[in-house]
Amino acid sequence: MSATLAERAGIHRLPSPPWSKAFEMSKNSIMIRLGRSVITASGIFLGVAFLSTVMTNSAVLTSKTVRSLPQMTGGPDPSMAVRNVWLVTVALIVATVGVVNSMLMAVTERYKEIGTMKCLGALDSFIVRLFLVESGMLGILGSIAGAMVGYGGSALISAAKYGWKVFGGLGPAITLGGNPIPLLPAVLVAVVLGGILSVLAAIYPAWRAAKMPAAAALRMEI
Amino acid sequence: MATATVSASEYIVRTKDLVKEYRLGGQPLRALDGVALDIRRGEYISIMGPSGSGKSTFFNMIGGLDKPTNGTVFINEVDMAQLDAFELAWLRCRSVGYIFQTFNLIPVMTALENVTLPMVFAGVQTDEAMQKGVRLLEKVGLGDRVQHKPNELSGGQQQRVAIARALANDPSIILADEPTGNLDLKTGKEIIMLLRQMNKEQGVTIISATHDLKMIDVSDRVVWIRDGKIERIEERKDIELRVGEVEGEEAG
Repeated sequence: MSATLAERAGIHRLPSPPWSKAFEMSKNSIMIRLGRSVITASGIFLGVAFLSTVMTNSAVLTSKTVRSLPQMTGGPDPSMAVRNVWLVTVALIVATVGVVNSMLMAVTERYKEIGTMKCLGALDSFIVRLFLVESGMLGILGSIAGAMVGYGGSALISAAKYGWKVFGGLGPAITLGGNPIPLLPAVLVAVVLGGILSVLAAIYPAWRAAKMPAAAALRMEI
Repeated sequence: MATATVSASEYIVRTKDLVKEYRLGGQPLRALDGVALDIRRGEYISIMGPSGSGKSTFFNMIGGLDKPTNGTVFINEVDMAQLDAFELAWLRCRSVGYIFQTFNLIPVMTALENVTLPMVFAGVQTDEAMQKGVRLLEKVGLGDRVQHKPNELSGGQQQRVAIARALANDPSIILADEPTGNLDLKTGKEIIMLLRQMNKEQGVTIISATHDLKMIDVSDRVVWIRDGKIERIEERKDIELRVGEVEGEEAG
């Protein structure tokens, strides 16, 4: 009933702006606040770098080439794999909490901006999108850098330690002494994981931003 | 009192027994206490009152930024309480333009991007929005400042950008909350004249909350609010008389 009444008076339902607009605005926001963005992304960067390092190391240490080296005595430590999973999980949780914190800060910083946008006709869903997209983009960028530094760095360290022969071959997959690490899928997994964690981390901050009454935001003096 | 059919064309905003209560430390505080006001289409109306009088609260109710505890706000004879979130967003985007005391431009966007933002929300094509944005900035005298960021503009220039932004979707109402509050006398006067010019040229209804007495000169009506109630309403002819007496000249 209300819709027909409203429509008779020329009031319609506002459509949501396209996703591309949210991407464009988030991209600009990241570029302009580069310092802050780097700090936000560094949380996921460190988490993913740690994940990649642990994965490379365990591949190297369990490889036949390394195991057959004279300085390696005794069999592989079976508890190591479990310990590594825990370490990586904790590292990723810490990284995610860091992103939640950064995004909450970003929302507080932009209280007035969000309120203004709501006055200008931004829908709650659009505000949510802005923050999710921004966090997701930062997470993906941070993960790419983290995976490169993590895999690259620890591969170089392994090479320095055990000699170049740990690399059985270079190609689409780096073969680490008989343990092939398919490079592209490994990086892809890291990036997808980092992206998903970043988006998850932004849900609560984005929700808080969207739920803020427009009038309250305008009265805030920050 | 006008009947529904007549007022549909004559009144753009009507409020009925508007009450707003806040809770301050468990104590109810009545910011608005039964405000009834009919605002005509194309009117330039100033809402005057000291801070804490409830004028900002009243203003937020009209703009759909806050919900009343009791009473109704009609925009174009539609009860605002009946609108859903999407319709309210449409109203804020297309029918109402906002101007703030602190300008509230988005600091990371250029003047042009700020002006086109409401058009983005309205779903206007980018090219069209850009052209219109430039036109609006030229109109408010900032044709050469299109690519400047807010922090590269003076207060008066920022408020001009805000006026251009408020006009972006050709609203029928402009809500100006203390538009001259952060400006010096001369700049404040310029902004008031610009608002008056937009009001005359485009027939946009201007509702301004203020305690700037310069506003009285250009207002069609002045509503004085005190302690959440309308104290008195002055019509244009009364104002002209009074201003004439004080300044010894015709207000225009």
